[in-house]
Amino acid sequence: MKILERNNFHRLFDVLKESGFDIIGPTLQDQAIVYDHLEGVEDLPEGWTDEQAPGKYRVKKRNDKALFGYVVGPTSWKKFLYPPRQKLWSAQKAGSGFEVAAEEGVPQKMAFLGVRSCELAAIAVQDKIFCGGSFVDPHYKKRRENVFLAAVNCAEPKGTCFCVSMNTGPRALGGLDLSLTEMIEGERHYFFLRSGSAEGEKVLSRLPLKDAEGGQQKKEDALLEEARRHMGRAMDTRDIKRLLYDNPDHPQWDKAAERCLSCANCTMACPTCFCSTVEDVSDLTGEHAERWRKWDSCFSLEFSYIHGGNVRQSTKGRYRQWMTHKLASWQDQFGTSGCVGCGRCISWCPAGIDITEEVKAIRADQPARAESP
Amino acid sequence: MRKESHLVEETVDPMVPRPFVVRESREETRDAFTLTLEPQEANGAPAFEPGQFNMIYVFGVGEVPVSISGDPRQPEVLVHTVRAVGGVTRALQKLGPGDIVGVRGPFGSAWPVDKAKGKDVVIVTGGIGLAPLRPAVCQILGQREKIGKFALLYGARTPKDILYREQLGQWRSNLDLQVRVTVDNATRDWYGTVGVVTILIHKARFDPANTIAMVCGPEIMMRFVVQELIKERMREQDIYISMERNMKCAVGFCGHCQYGPNFICKDGPVFRFSDVRHLFGLREI
Repeated sequence: MKILERNNFHRLFDVLKESGFDIIGPTLQDQAIVYDHLEGVEDLPEGWTDEQAPGKYRVKKRNDKALFGYVVGPTSWKKFLYPPRQKLWSAQKAGSGFEVAAEEGVPQKMAFLGVRSCELAAIAVQDKIFCGGSFVDPHYKKRRENVFLAAVNCAEPKGTCFCVSMNTGPRALGGLDLSLTEMIEGERHYFFLRSGSAEGEKVLSRLPLKDAEGGQQKKEDALLEEARRHMGRAMDTRDIKRLLYDNPDHPQWDKAAERCLSCANCTMACPTCFCSTVEDVSDLTGEHAERWRKWDSCFSLEFSYIHGGNVRQSTKGRYRQWMTHKLASWQDQFGTSGCVGCGRCISWCPAGIDITEEVKAIRADQPARAESP
Repeated sequence: MRKESHLVEETVDPMVPRPFVVRESREETRDAFTLTLEPQEANGAPAFEPGQFNMIYVFGVGEVPVSISGDPRQPEVLVHTVRAVGGVTRALQKLGPGDIVGVRGPFGSAWPVDKAKGKDVVIVTGGIGLAPLRPAVCQILGQREKIGKFALLYGARTPKDILYREQLGQWRSNLDLQVRVTVDNATRDWYGTVGVVTILIHKARFDPANTIAMVCGPEIMMRFVVQELIKERMREQDIYISMERNMKCAVGFCGHCQYGPNFICKDGPVFRFSDVRHLFGLREI
């Protein structure tokens, strides 16, 4: 473990830039902390934090100058690995037919700075979806292979966080290039740094670092242990797949549907939701056509359209699909939960529907089940 | 995830269609037609299994999933029977010889023709549902001696909606395949059975304990057919159904075709009934 002083933090930006990375990280925009292109340390939301609760997200000033003193906002890294709107190919009329040209742009190398542990888990989930099966999405894969992951350990979980329940945090462990822990002790402001890959090691070797002394590890441990004990939410995940598979007709689905606006905010904010649609477009001459892929949501009516009608006509059907998929069928599909406990769907739900409360309500009202033979 | 090798550029993009030439477009019924396609490139049409489907793209209009309805023993062409019900299928209907479409596929699971060896086979279909089963019929007839009794039960809305009339006649004249057809609404020139397809099941000869059933049609029709087959004492694990959901990518990325934990595009469209029974009765799944 190494130490980087706050007044040298800009060097991390320099090194990443010199290595050819476009740096993406948290920045304050429109009263929210979002992920966007960063020029330098000054673009980070220094001295800002956030307050989160069901249906509520507010930024406010901190009484220190922390660079990473908040949790996750409305955007997630999927925006950069799996863009909301992406051209898949274009086609041009040629003779009686047409020629298709695959979209093969090589994306810029990106460094994600400030990835939280729940988000590392979310990226790992999307890796399985787009690269782990019998088909590979070359668009995702190309972007993903050119990403440097600089994670930040979460010291101050907020009201809608429950990574501990989902076993994804608060400490960033695997699948990263670099991890940082921000430490503020009175006037002293510094970072613990660790590398998690050869690439991370290379970056570390170019920074003005000091060795951490014995005992400092304990400070970090204490900080993260404190974070672990201050989760805003909790979800009991025991046998959750069975719980949801066994309860497709639970009255709680009707209750959730009474509040749910079917607005799709949860799916847009969710760092693992991956559903998309395609749009085939042509120009006015009719000579040129393109296919675009756009994020889609199981909360829209037309999502389930087949000839003869829409399969999921009611909000109840759509909410049940989303939550059952996220927590149960995802496990059958990808060997992992689709929920990483980041809390975005709770904070950004305009009706304040809380997935942890929904699970609790279904669990609380179970007919006594005979022991399975 | 680091770049393991220089293979990135070679990753085949499963979303890019291949050009196929329309050789023939044949009107089947008032709203259904059959396209025969040949690959424009030299490297041949991809082999397929009965029950699989392709994504067919009309330039500038869009793409739809369509089951393959040709004979798998003639893999040099792709045959698709399509019902014109939406923007893309109506555009497909307008195509003629020489026109080009884009094709991706084949995708999905297949009818269990191999599992049927040494057993009786009963095929129950409704409407356009006969199209994805025609390849299975062809394949079974190609190895007829390996199968016991073989029944094809088909329900259409009216006599005018009967698909593959000529071929049904040929099959019937084979004398080794029981072909029974019923219509929901008869016209004056119809002398056959009237009523839903389920009424044909008890007339068919097969040994319920040693039969594979393949069922395709609207979900409501399949529900009653499966009920009837079980009433005839067939086992759930011997019944196969083909499911339909909205589909955008056919490769498990778009999420639209989810049916419980299954992606219809890659885990289906053909399912063993016993594997999806718990989902089958649920609304809005």
